[in-house]
Amino acid sequence: MLTLLAILVDGLVYASWLFIVAVGLSLIFGVMKILNVAHGSLYAFGAYAAATLIGAYFNAGWAPLGSFAVMLLAAVAVGAILGLALERGLLRFMYGRDEVIIVLVTYAAFLILEDSILLIWGTNPYFAFQPYALLGNASVGRLAFANYDLSMIGLSVVTGVLLWWALTHTRQGKLLQAVIHDREMAQALGINVTRVFTATFVLGAMLGALGGAVTAPQISVTPGIGVEVIVVAFAVVVIGGMGSIPGAAIGALIVGLIRAATVHLFPQVELFVIYAVMSLVLAFRPAGLFGRAAARKI
Amino acid sequence: MALLETRGLTKTFGSVTAASNINVAVDEREVIGIIGANGAGKTTFVNMVTGYLKPSQGSIWYRGQDITRHAPREITRMGICRSFQVPQVFMSSSLFDNLLLGLGVAEQERPSFWRPLRQPHLVEAAELIVARYDMSQYRDQQVALLPQGVRKLLDIAMAMAHRPRIVLLDEPTSGVSVSEKFGIMDVVMGALRDTGVTVLFIEHDMEIISRYGSRVIAFAEGTILADGPPQQVLADEQVRRYVIGEELHRASGAAGGELGQPGGAHA
Amino acid sequence: MAIDRFGVQLGLAFVVLAAAGFLLPAWAVFLLTLSLAKGLVVLGLLILWRTGLVPFGQALYFGAGAYAVGLLVLLTGLRDIVVLTLAAILIPMLLAWLVGLLLCRYRDIFFAMLSMAFSMILYGILVKTEALGSTDGFNVAPPTFLGFAPSGETMRVSIYLWVALLSLAAAYGVHRYLSSALGQLASAIRDNEIRVEYLGVSVQRVILIKAIIAAGLAGAGGAVTAFAVGHIDPDAMTYWTVSGEFVFITILSGTGSIFAPFVGSLLFELIRSFAIQYAPHFWQMVLGVSLLLIILFLPNGLWSVFTRLRKRG
Repeated sequence: MLTLLAILVDGLVYASWLFIVAVGLSLIFGVMKILNVAHGSLYAFGAYAAATLIGAYFNAGWAPLGSFAVMLLAAVAVGAILGLALERGLLRFMYGRDEVIIVLVTYAAFLILEDSILLIWGTNPYFAFQPYALLGNASVGRLAFANYDLSMIGLSVVTGVLLWWALTHTRQGKLLQAVIHDREMAQALGINVTRVFTATFVLGAMLGALGGAVTAPQISVTPGIGVEVIVVAFAVVVIGGMGSIPGAAIGALIVGLIRAATVHLFPQVELFVIYAVMSLVLAFRPAGLFGRAAARKI
Repeated sequence: MALLETRGLTKTFGSVTAASNINVAVDEREVIGIIGANGAGKTTFVNMVTGYLKPSQGSIWYRGQDITRHAPREITRMGICRSFQVPQVFMSSSLFDNLLLGLGVAEQERPSFWRPLRQPHLVEAAELIVARYDMSQYRDQQVALLPQGVRKLLDIAMAMAHRPRIVLLDEPTSGVSVSEKFGIMDVVMGALRDTGVTVLFIEHDMEIISRYGSRVIAFAEGTILADGPPQQVLADEQVRRYVIGEELHRASGAAGGELGQPGGAHA
Repeated sequence: MAIDRFGVQLGLAFVVLAAAGFLLPAWAVFLLTLSLAKGLVVLGLLILWRTGLVPFGQALYFGAGAYAVGLLVLLTGLRDIVVLTLAAILIPMLLAWLVGLLLCRYRDIFFAMLSMAFSMILYGILVKTEALGSTDGFNVAPPTFLGFAPSGETMRVSIYLWVALLSLAAAYGVHRYLSSALGQLASAIRDNEIRVEYLGVSVQRVILIKAIIAAGLAGAGGAVTAFAVGHIDPDAMTYWTVSGEFVFITILSGTGSIFAPFVGSLLFELIRSFAIQYAPHFWQMVLGVSLLLIILFLPNGLWSVFTRLRKRG
């Protein structure tokens, strides 16, 4: 019984992490049809920036609870700076080219950014446990859960709801949806697709960085943390369907719960269960759970 | 027994009925024109017959065999081929290479991974086709750079690569200037007549329909309004109302634009 | 005639490769061995690239070939290089057939990333398998050549000659393939799948065949690498960055010629050896910047420079 609870909570926590990390990717993929491999680097930069700022913050001796705002700040800053630099400085020259070529461009950006991390922060791990320890633990019977992990669930729900609301109830959101559905048509209707692209990319970058920033207190921040994130995030996006926020949420939930179950019950398969789930979903729903079928060609 | 027969063919996309209870029987060596306003179900009909779409109801019979569930490639190999409204050709290759590939894969059941494609007899056959369709001056040009009319010819020529018994042409002269339409139809029909193939062609130009078709089928809103000799169908009142337009202007040999155009009550 | 000219080029390559094996110092022969092995993988990528498909997971087959060799040596004591290489070709081909049943329904990014996902599945399995040394991997005993068991320098040259032979055979085979109907269908599928279907050809089946051939080539490359290095582990053989390297070399070389993959691999290996030695923290950046420059200025790869110079001269 307790195992079930552990699986449930662990699953939800992991799903929350997956959602925050993957939703930015899904958005960028849906709107711009670009699979941003550099998303992993944005995650890493967010983690490093948060770790650095948290370290400086606590050294300065300010109120501990404010460190959460610092993490958010780190994410927004990284997302804005790197996101703008990548989109305006590199990607916008590639629009209209083959989508696989654009993926390779983002892969090149990823490689450059990974080494940039080495140059800026070196190879030693960074730690920023303070916010994590701050929130204490909750216990159910023999099980102890860190409140920080639990609050991730809250964060991802809030993020998801905010995003969904913004997409469906604001004018900008609806413009975004129009571009997701049909870029050319949106342009023909006078929507400034270029600006939508920039805004989307920066938003996606911020979300990726946020994923890293909130993860920083949970791990030792080392070079290479961005690498695994890309494949995992992509799997979630594929399962849910590109450009679909509910899809990313459901995909994250499925993967999170299944992974938690395997960690507790079949640890051997843990590393690749996500890919197995992805293959299974695609075998029955080629466009993902919430993906849309393509229009008729002839 | 008819060569090709559709029984109760119906196709719905959600709440839209693209085709409803289509019953058509086609015999050898017929040349049938298909007319109808846009959205009337003509291309849907062709898509179903060639296996690209699966009907919601009904069946398609070819030489006594039920081909309703077959894939396009199987139907092609059985002897039914088609050309497309927008020519489906290989843009980055030359016109000649397009034909060579078409002939090469038509020859064998499974494409070879060892035998070179450029066999002398295939090259010869491709040259013959280039000549017959009057495309010699475009032979080595990249298809992406060719005018639409030539691409249409290529599309039709490739459809004929399998020497089918039935060929369906989807608007063979659309996108082509009025002065070229008859030229193209003459070339195409001349080439096809030599092979003895059964032809169904979709057309919007009533003059072309009456000149080349021995039978006309009129579609409207997914159903068949009329099916018979051109004179009879084109004079039919319902056909006039839903397909051709209330007033049929007869061409007096003057420039185009006076020819009957589809439209009318169908918005 | 084209095939005669190719025959001459192949003959020339054979002479150059053979001479190199006997004249070059040990480190160069080793480098050449690894380059040719990678070249085999990239040759397979060339076949798929021409069809408009870019798999980001060829390391699956590269690793499968290497581990097939390693496991056979470990479990059965088989040492003959011919048998082992054959196994390293056939097992990945079987794997490609299984994986391809799902993969070949996809194109573009989905195809690329799904293929990566499958390679990560193998990676996960290998890492979690203690018996195979998980991330440490294990050593591979040196092979025998039809009974002969050379050692030291002779062994190295023998392995090199074996991969040179494989490369020449592969080059010839792929050349024949590209002139065949299946080979010519590559650009047709890239241009217009619907038309290909309407010409009576199953696009999925053709793609599956190409994927299987590419897998066989990758497996051969993996086997040779296992022989040459004498050690296999999941990070060096199946991690997605390995697949990334193969894709990078494909872009670097371009798909204009059968020889391009091998030349590109050699260039890549040369640069990589020097970069890792002198600037290990910059290696990825160098790779990234080079990739960008190639995409921006030499989209047809380095080989296009070669052909351009030749046309002018």
